[in-house]
Amino acid sequence: MSDQEDILATAASWLDQGETVALATVVETWGSSPRPPGSRLAVTASGRLAGSVSGGCIEGAVADVAKQTMETGEPQLLDFGITDERAWEVGLACGGKLKVFVEKLA
Amino acid sequence: MKASFLARIQAAKAAAEPVAILTRLSDGAQLLYPQDEAPAELAEAAKAALAADKAANLTVEGAEWFIQPQNPPLRLIVVGAVHVAQALVPLAVGQGFAVTVVDPRRAFATEERFGAAVTLNGEWPDDAMAELRPDTRTAVVTLTHDPKLDDPALEKALSSPAFYIGALGSRRTHAKRVARLQEAGFGEDAIARIAAPVGLDIGAVTAPEIALSIMAQIVARRRGASLGGS
Repeated sequence: MSDQEDILATAASWLDQGETVALATVVETWGSSPRPPGSRLAVTASGRLAGSVSGGCIEGAVADVAKQTMETGEPQLLDFGITDERAWEVGLACGGKLKVFVEKLA
Repeated sequence: MKASFLARIQAAKAAAEPVAILTRLSDGAQLLYPQDEAPAELAEAAKAALAADKAANLTVEGAEWFIQPQNPPLRLIVVGAVHVAQALVPLAVGQGFAVTVVDPRRAFATEERFGAAVTLNGEWPDDAMAELRPDTRTAVVTLTHDPKLDDPALEKALSSPAFYIGALGSRRTHAKRVARLQEAGFGEDAIARIAAPVGLDIGAVTAPEIALSIMAQIVARRRGASLGGS
């Protein structure tokens, strides 16, 4: 599980700099998802990004939801998959399915 | 996630303590295993997730939990601050390994040659290995070509649960090494743990190529790939 990038450390340093930060974590995968459970993406309200939750397919959609979570403070559980119309929208071309948990750092 | 919770995760990491983040997905409530009290079922799953170094999902009383183990980094102990070591260290650091280079020859183990990303240890290999105590998340590679330095390190590594042990040297060099280790009382199974000649067979010639072949073999062993032997 240890990744070469310490996203939590990056998120903590952003928080120290006064940024508003949200964390997205892959919590479940099925099929050929490119990143295993536990993979993280950190996003700031100012648009900084670190890490990844897919091969780049859904980062944009996750960042959008992260912005909402930063505003409301409410965590969200997102489903991305081939059976989900949203997946086509954001282009999960690999055909995998995954769940991503998005939470605000507060 | 609360900033204070994140600070506890980072403190555990700094102290090299294994912890697991337990997140209730319905509302984002979080517990840190083993510091926080958790339902027995959840604590057990967290322990298992740490042992397997693999995230897990569990439903407890109708609530979905995500269990994320945070183990201390994998370690690589390199014996011999030689040219191949200089190429191997940045590869291992890039793979998230905490790297220690052991070499009692002061001219070799210098920060100028290795940068600040590694720990340099100038002890004799047997003392260094006794101090570093390789565990199941540690790889050991000997690169000195000098039995006086390599052998004591290998003997200590073979007496440890290190997940990878590699030794640089040709087949002929390794055959002599095997004879010395047998003399020292190591059996066939123990000696078979040593990857030698070290590295995956990618036809490596240069020091960076040899380093790449070693790193690839370490990853293969760690991930249980079938091509892990040499």
